[in-house]
Amino acid sequence: MKKLSTEVLVIGGGAAGLSAAAEAASAGAKVLVVESDLRPGGQLIKQTHKFFGSKDEYAGTRGFKIADILLDEINSFKDSVSILQNTTVSGYYKEDDEFTAMRGEEEYFHIKAKKTIVATGAQERLIPFPNNDIPGVYGAGAVQTLMNVYGVLPGRRVLMVGAGNIGLIVSYQLMQAGVQVAAVVEAAPRVGGYWVHAAKIRRMGVPILLRHSIKRALGEKCITGAVITGLNERFEPVGPEQQINCDLICIAVGLSPTTELLSQAGCKMMYVPQLCGNVAQRDRGMRTSNPDFYTAGDAGGIEEASAAMVEGRIAGLSAAAALGYPTEHGKLDEYWGRLQSLRKGEAGARICQGIDCVLVKDWEGVAHA
Amino acid sequence: MEEKVNPGGTGAALDLIEEHPILEFQHGKKITFFFDGRELEGFEGEPISSALHANGVRVYRETADMHRPRGFFCAIGKCSSCFMVVDGVPNVRTCVTPLTAGMRVETQRGRGVVPGSDEGGASS
Repeated sequence: MKKLSTEVLVIGGGAAGLSAAAEAASAGAKVLVVESDLRPGGQLIKQTHKFFGSKDEYAGTRGFKIADILLDEINSFKDSVSILQNTTVSGYYKEDDEFTAMRGEEEYFHIKAKKTIVATGAQERLIPFPNNDIPGVYGAGAVQTLMNVYGVLPGRRVLMVGAGNIGLIVSYQLMQAGVQVAAVVEAAPRVGGYWVHAAKIRRMGVPILLRHSIKRALGEKCITGAVITGLNERFEPVGPEQQINCDLICIAVGLSPTTELLSQAGCKMMYVPQLCGNVAQRDRGMRTSNPDFYTAGDAGGIEEASAAMVEGRIAGLSAAAALGYPTEHGKLDEYWGRLQSLRKGEAGARICQGIDCVLVKDWEGVAHA
Repeated sequence: MEEKVNPGGTGAALDLIEEHPILEFQHGKKITFFFDGRELEGFEGEPISSALHANGVRVYRETADMHRPRGFFCAIGKCSSCFMVVDGVPNVRTCVTPLTAGMRVETQRGRGVVPGSDEGGASS
């Protein structure tokens, strides 16, 4: 079976992975990026809104343009970075120190790497309700792919479940695409996302129903509507029930980090609610307890893309340094400074609490703990 | 809303976003492919699932035991909802498999049958 070898393997070609690849390559390392989608860019290519955050992370630039900027940067190192698209890393075998990968559905091969950066991102959560399995109930990321990457109308009229940033932003994007948003339901007593996003869709006449959730989906073979209900303080349905006419139910109730490969590599994992799941412990260089593995981006905790890009830079820098490539003195501190400025505010405080739980000062000290 | 399951066919307009305030869509070459024997239009290189959705097709497979309809869901090749039989091969992740001209895409019933094997994977 074919075997590929590389110095730095970056698994995932999204915000974190592309940044990691650019950083490692700029230090001189040979990098292979493996991306499961048909094109690189991850969640960035689905975002039509201008990013917040700081200028260093392209604040004021629309997400899909940021992906182009990162790809241009990578292309400037074209001899040292290659990107494999439509390729999924399906497992890591510790005994052989090798990955298995699959391009398309039928071409299998092995990959051997000196250092690996796991930038696998996240997966969408789903909530239980009767009929949630029939076509027309889609994850928010899937809806974005369909409409913002491929220009396909995901439906005519949508019920959005969840008023966090993703639910709010995707509601707005659906309206940009010409889809009617019947309502946004949110189980919590307040909007989870930024007020500016909520205000934007309220101005367009979309009701955001707090303390409300979906009770069941309607339809035999595909979605024809939804029944929503009010909730009490204990999140129990208290009615009254209301029927919503829609052919699309979009689920935006949060994400979970994608961490299977880190677990397979024996990285010490920890469940951290503030980071939305089970994530790898890491040092300041994003190195995990397995010295050849680094974590970056949503795989290490759900956060915004701007932070994922900085974490990618850090992981790329550390991996290159560990391979003996000279890196600029003080760069790590500069990147941590950027992370700190991105993690200001209420949401950032929660992230910082989570990071405090998983950050290890020095692996040598805890290696046999 | 009125239930319209898997309508479409050549001639029916594709369900595409015509005007967008920010994005411009550059579709690939228009080609034809087959869905359960019907000839449909799609764009070369785009995911099979996107092409089917644009043609109004919502149900991509039927589950083995409870015969529940399944379709598009995660769009990142992870959830197995959009498995279909493509050119005779079952369990193809249609959300990350690019469309090619003349491709034969079929609704998958049950677990599918491995090409060349006698074993019927589909449950009764």
